[in-house]
Amino acid sequence: MKVLQVIDQAFRTAGEEQDDTILWLTQCMRGAGAELEVLLTGHGAYYTVQSRAQPALKFGAWQQTQPADITQDIGRLREKGVPVYVEREALQERGLFGLPVLPGVEVISRDAVAKLYENADQIWHW
Amino acid sequence: MNKTSPLNNTLTFAFMDPPFENERTITFFRLLDAALEKNANVRVFAYEGAVALAFARQQQHGNAVHGRDTDAENHPLTKDWIAALQRKSKDKGLSFEWINCGLCVDERGVNEAVEGCGRGGPADLWRYASESHNTLAIGTR
Repeated sequence: MKVLQVIDQAFRTAGEEQDDTILWLTQCMRGAGAELEVLLTGHGAYYTVQSRAQPALKFGAWQQTQPADITQDIGRLREKGVPVYVEREALQERGLFGLPVLPGVEVISRDAVAKLYENADQIWHW
Repeated sequence: MNKTSPLNNTLTFAFMDPPFENERTITFFRLLDAALEKNANVRVFAYEGAVALAFARQQQHGNAVHGRDTDAENHPLTKDWIAALQRKSKDKGLSFEWINCGLCVDERGVNEAVEGCGRGGPADLWRYASESHNTLAIGTR
């Protein structure tokens, strides 16, 4: 069974969870043998053009030491053989199209999303 | 959407929202109830805030604005909805399984779950989904 994970939000709880929780879930399930693909669309498209870890939180004397590094997390997914796609129109709508995307991430058109859905057994749209 | 899983009468739900915050939680429980009504076995993977749905120390309270004490107010608690669905599944000879993401439980301190709700992780979601007719992932916003 192949599941397509569709992520259209970005940075939700990235501060306190120190990751994107759906990318984290995807890494864990891949480790358990799951066959998965990831489609980043909407605000999630931004993940594919950033290259830095999130800024660390600081409240009073409390300082975060392990802020989210979503770029690294996407790289780990690619290393584990999880295809990662980003929707071109989502990049264009946000003025991000033309910026270098992370290695191994495939830019696809909105028209091609239908084919991606067809090729998966289940679609989990978070 | 599912095109290849073996046909059976088990449905998996992945849910992320906590109790008392938005209407997705109510809709989620309505879906669980409807699934049982249609004789489907139900499996739930509770992720992030949804792990508090089964927290055993939820307590009812009175409400002075409503002019009712605790008994009269009879405030809804999600742990009671889970228990009610567990009873419904038992009465109908169906299964109703519930696993909370363990790390999500730890960081929220809601370790005491009602009976019948266990602790697990993402591998359980994959197992649930692989063995079910279909899976509905309900993300949060």
